[in-house]
Amino acid sequence: MRIAVTAQGTDREAQVDPRFGRAKYFVVVDTESGQLEVVDNDVNLNAVQGAGIQAAQKVAGLRADAVLTGNVGPKAFTALQAGKVTVYVGVVGTVREALEKFQAGQLKQATTASVEGHWL
Amino acid sequence: MKELVVISGKGGTGKTSVVAAFASLAKRAVLADCDVDAADLHLVLEPEVLQRHDFIGGKKARIDSDQCMSCGRCQAVCRFKASSMTGPGNDLVSKTYRIDPLACEGCGVCVGVCPVSAVALEPTTAGEWFVSHTRYGPMVHARLGVAADNSGKLVSTVRTAASDLAKQHGLGLVIVDGPPGIGCPVIASLTGASLAVVVTEPTLSGLHDLERVAELTRHFGIPTLVCVNKWDINPDLTERIERQSEAMGLKLAGRLRYDGAVTAAQILKQTVIEHSALGVSEDMTKFWATVSAALEVEKQ
Amino acid sequence: MKIAIASGKGGTGKTTIATNLGYVAAAQGRSTVYLDCDVEEPNGHIFLKPTVDEERPITRPVPQVDASLCNGCGACGKACQFSAIVCIGDQPLLFPKLCHSCGGCMRTCPTGALSETPREIGTLRIGRSGLLGFIEGRLNVGEAMSPPAIRAVKAAAPVADLTIIDAPPGTSCPVIESVRGCDMVLLVTEPTPFGLNDLGLAVEMVSAMKLPMRVVINRAGRDGKTRDFCDRNGIRILAEIPDVRSVAEAYSRGALIAELSPTYRGGMECLLDALGQGVAR
Repeated sequence: MRIAVTAQGTDREAQVDPRFGRAKYFVVVDTESGQLEVVDNDVNLNAVQGAGIQAAQKVAGLRADAVLTGNVGPKAFTALQAGKVTVYVGVVGTVREALEKFQAGQLKQATTASVEGHWL
Repeated sequence: MKELVVISGKGGTGKTSVVAAFASLAKRAVLADCDVDAADLHLVLEPEVLQRHDFIGGKKARIDSDQCMSCGRCQAVCRFKASSMTGPGNDLVSKTYRIDPLACEGCGVCVGVCPVSAVALEPTTAGEWFVSHTRYGPMVHARLGVAADNSGKLVSTVRTAASDLAKQHGLGLVIVDGPPGIGCPVIASLTGASLAVVVTEPTLSGLHDLERVAELTRHFGIPTLVCVNKWDINPDLTERIERQSEAMGLKLAGRLRYDGAVTAAQILKQTVIEHSALGVSEDMTKFWATVSAALEVEKQ
Repeated sequence: MKIAIASGKGGTGKTTIATNLGYVAAAQGRSTVYLDCDVEEPNGHIFLKPTVDEERPITRPVPQVDASLCNGCGACGKACQFSAIVCIGDQPLLFPKLCHSCGGCMRTCPTGALSETPREIGTLRIGRSGLLGFIEGRLNVGEAMSPPAIRAVKAAAPVADLTIIDAPPGTSCPVIESVRGCDMVLLVTEPTPFGLNDLGLAVEMVSAMKLPMRVVINRAGRDGKTRDFCDRNGIRILAEIPDVRSVAEAYSRGALIAELSPTYRGGMECLLDALGQGVAR
């Protein structure tokens, strides 16, 4: 499985970024091989609108099966669903801790957005 | 961390004066001036700017007049009438096309049709925002560039910075001075807020606009309080607004009397609370007590 | 002549001035129309009490996908600057509220799978108030973007001798959309520190649009700072309306002050003349 985690840094010890659309980085881990891929999300930090949607597209493009993050707004959630990426919100701690919780089945799948979108 | 947003629907009902008074009474809050089009809170709170940031707005198209061949295709495809033959001449043509940044919405269609790639979409600096210190605590405020757009994004930027500041300073409350209307800057001020307070006035316009802004807060599921400012100008309409508010499921938060002290305080760069203890200050104090009690309730 | 009535600060008296000017001009026999471009909070109807002859939806075109023709190439998603159409999964995903109706996505589609469909964003009401033409735009609550609704109001306007545009408060895109194409902007202000600050911002905006401007000071009193500001910047003050309770009271009830008081009617007529002179030069 490929799991994407929003992160404030570029390795497993980085803190989970509570934001999805404007997260600093996406850390993608392949649970079979253990390989790590880091993608920066700079382009969306300054996006005028649609940051969440673009981030969802990025995560789907990285062939993630699931995303672990703090919060996801309604448009980003819809986009992630379209990309068949399951969403886990309210995730805190380091990337490593988040992945461990996920593998232990301690995280609950989100069925809707966890916050309102930013303005549109 | 709670966020209180003061809005009005109708402009000019007294939001900023109320927010300034709340700053005096709350004492442990971060202030956020989200009326980025016409910011006034700084005139009373006199912030000392600690950080200044550029606000990058949306992209706009720009034509390189050295490359333009004046074929006019950009004008033909633009749905916003942003392109016209008003640019300087070059070696090939006496007049080139120019994009009016006030009309351009940054869609990029012109970029795609230009046969000589003379048009590009470029990010624009559309204003600036500040993190400042005031006598009542931290404040985040902004100045939207002249005739700029994307005020919604600037509002979001101010709010996010204010929340971050509240966390940093261990403060539990952000008070937002909201914009008038119901459009994108207001929506950006409201989404995810803990409590909305609508300051209205006893006029038919005030009533009409209150109904629309209350529909907006209902749409976003934000608990809403209503306060009639200058209520004694028309007590009958005040009653009518209060009845209508209750019928709409809004709670009443109090009444503020008409008082020359509001302008007098403004001129002296004081909040009404600083200016005098009596008159509308008494009303503001009661109003704040109701609002802070409602915020406590929201905590649970 | 097209005159826009604007202000930086809300609540200074734009609608008071716009509706009363319209009433007086129409009563003088000039063919006049009032356009309420404050589509977020339109209040002109309160004072003009129009007879509405026609009500129709304001729409803007947004894309729709014919799934049978879509080949999943993703060109539309790449072209869209607003994330209103994105290609995740096999079919384009649409977010119509983000769409700016630029038509860009359709241009890029190689198979003709995209076409446009109207999406309703508000309502247009067209009618009359006595001899005064009346058009109001009303944005649906929850819609974020005003400019398309404002464009619809202006597009519906008949040709008239005098067009009065009641603009929203502020200095950003809804005001710019309302004011664009006018012959003159009348800025309504009040002599308070907030009023003066916002007047400065409004003057910058109108200057950036290269339009002539004049000022009306509403609720005028002894404070001279607004007059000084206008003098220093070479902006003519066409009228000062005193801060009188009877005006505030009439406004609160939705009354047209020019209808109630011959003094105010005269004042509005003078203002009308002063504006006419400004443009005819």
